[in-house]
Amino acid sequence: MKFSALSVFLQGLKGNRGWPEQWRSPEPKAAYDAVIVGAGGHGLATAYYMAKEHGMRNIAVLEKGWLGGGNTGRNTTIVRSNYLWEESEGIYEHAMKLWEGLSHELNYNVMYSPRGVMMLAHNIHDVQVFKRHVHANRLAGIDNEWLTPEEAKAFCPLLNIGKNIRYPVIGASLQRRGGTARHDAVAWGYARGADALGVDIIQNCEVTGIRRDVSGAVAGVETAKGFIATKRVGVVAAGNTSVVMAMAGVRMPLESYPLQALVSEPVKPMMPCVVMSNTVHAYMSQSDKGELVIGAGTDAYTSYSQTGGLHIATHTLDAICELFPAVRRLRMLRNWGGIVDVTPDRSPIIGKTPVPGLFVNCGWGTGGFKATPGSGHVFAHLVAKGEPEAIAAPFTLDRFRTGRLIDEAAAAAVAH
Amino acid sequence: MLLIRCPYCEMDRPELEFRYGGEAHVARPADPMATTDAEWAEFLYFRTNPRGLHAERWRHINGCGRFFNCLRDTVSDRIVTTYKAGTPRPNIDGSAS
Repeated sequence: MKFSALSVFLQGLKGNRGWPEQWRSPEPKAAYDAVIVGAGGHGLATAYYMAKEHGMRNIAVLEKGWLGGGNTGRNTTIVRSNYLWEESEGIYEHAMKLWEGLSHELNYNVMYSPRGVMMLAHNIHDVQVFKRHVHANRLAGIDNEWLTPEEAKAFCPLLNIGKNIRYPVIGASLQRRGGTARHDAVAWGYARGADALGVDIIQNCEVTGIRRDVSGAVAGVETAKGFIATKRVGVVAAGNTSVVMAMAGVRMPLESYPLQALVSEPVKPMMPCVVMSNTVHAYMSQSDKGELVIGAGTDAYTSYSQTGGLHIATHTLDAICELFPAVRRLRMLRNWGGIVDVTPDRSPIIGKTPVPGLFVNCGWGTGGFKATPGSGHVFAHLVAKGEPEAIAAPFTLDRFRTGRLIDEAAAAAVAH
Repeated sequence: MLLIRCPYCEMDRPELEFRYGGEAHVARPADPMATTDAEWAEFLYFRTNPRGLHAERWRHINGCGRFFNCLRDTVSDRIVTTYKAGTPRPNIDGSAS
């Protein structure tokens, strides 16, 4: 069914008890044309675009837990595209353009809010790096501008631009089209859209093995609900990608780290934009519920525990309290960790693998949410056609052999 | 925060005294010129990243300063044992906790 002002009104008259389920909960069929492993935002978007743009309706998305329950439901919902290299600008700006029309595309309010993403510079190195980003972005037709501390404070009045703090703000870059979106709604919207096009979304169905035929090509997947035959498997398993790929005997240039975030008690609107500081490892925005959403850093060691050391969050709060003195007496409601799969060059891998029929979309590291629509869009093309389109082509697994890295690690310093 | 036993100092110390050093037992090829691009990429970039027991290097940077190895379960973050650099990985099945 379609959401509209009329449907909301009519359902309101019935006490909102007449809303149907937004997607089915089917049992898996014996065979599919393609199987996507992982029903997070990226996997669901992949299935949606495969069905919508490539006409593949006989496909399944397998999820070991519940859809959107991994990093999609754990991130800090920031959307931006101000990356340094042309390859990165291509994929993240592709996603940004899709964000702008996504609520209409899906007939589902993903609450995309281009409220501006401001990145603070605290030292000369930051100034040089951010100005380089500003120039590179503008050459690529992506909005990004340089602000003085006074202009930064005008854009975000909470900000402390005093000269006597440990890391004074000496400038900032601002992408006005950047902002936030409702993370859960993105997963739900894509799930609903894919389901309406005939995609089977199968939750509580962990993939336990990848079966290959005598030629070495993919023959199907072993799951908690039995064997499912398929010639094409797209792995979109974020932090668990190494584990899933090992089932097909493929080693990955990935390490999985806990990345933490926390939210405060809800308060009235006080934070008009997103502010990030890579140097002091902190960023903050305010959700529509009123909670301040704060992103911390990764732990030092690899882990699948979905939790991290308290000293990481404490370090972030030290910086937050200095940059935003008004929040010092706020209580934090909860904190959590997600497991992010990090590549050596901090750019994603969207590509074919040595196993015919096996495709992988991973390595989004600490910043995958912003890319969700673009990632799903280009990966759908890859799985459906067997070859990447131009935007995804540089992000091969093979680049670690050839040396054509897309080095956003040095470019973006810390957080994404 | 992890509590890590330095096998040189023979003391349990908080994680903040240490620096993580990545996967252990990744040997640099003895003759780099003789390796293929794929072998060199394997050495530089490809890691086991296991869900379970992980052999990893730590350095007691704010202590004795020495590198050592550690077996840790990456699901529970429980440290099974630490051992000195240069010694082989202990043959332990750490899945039981």
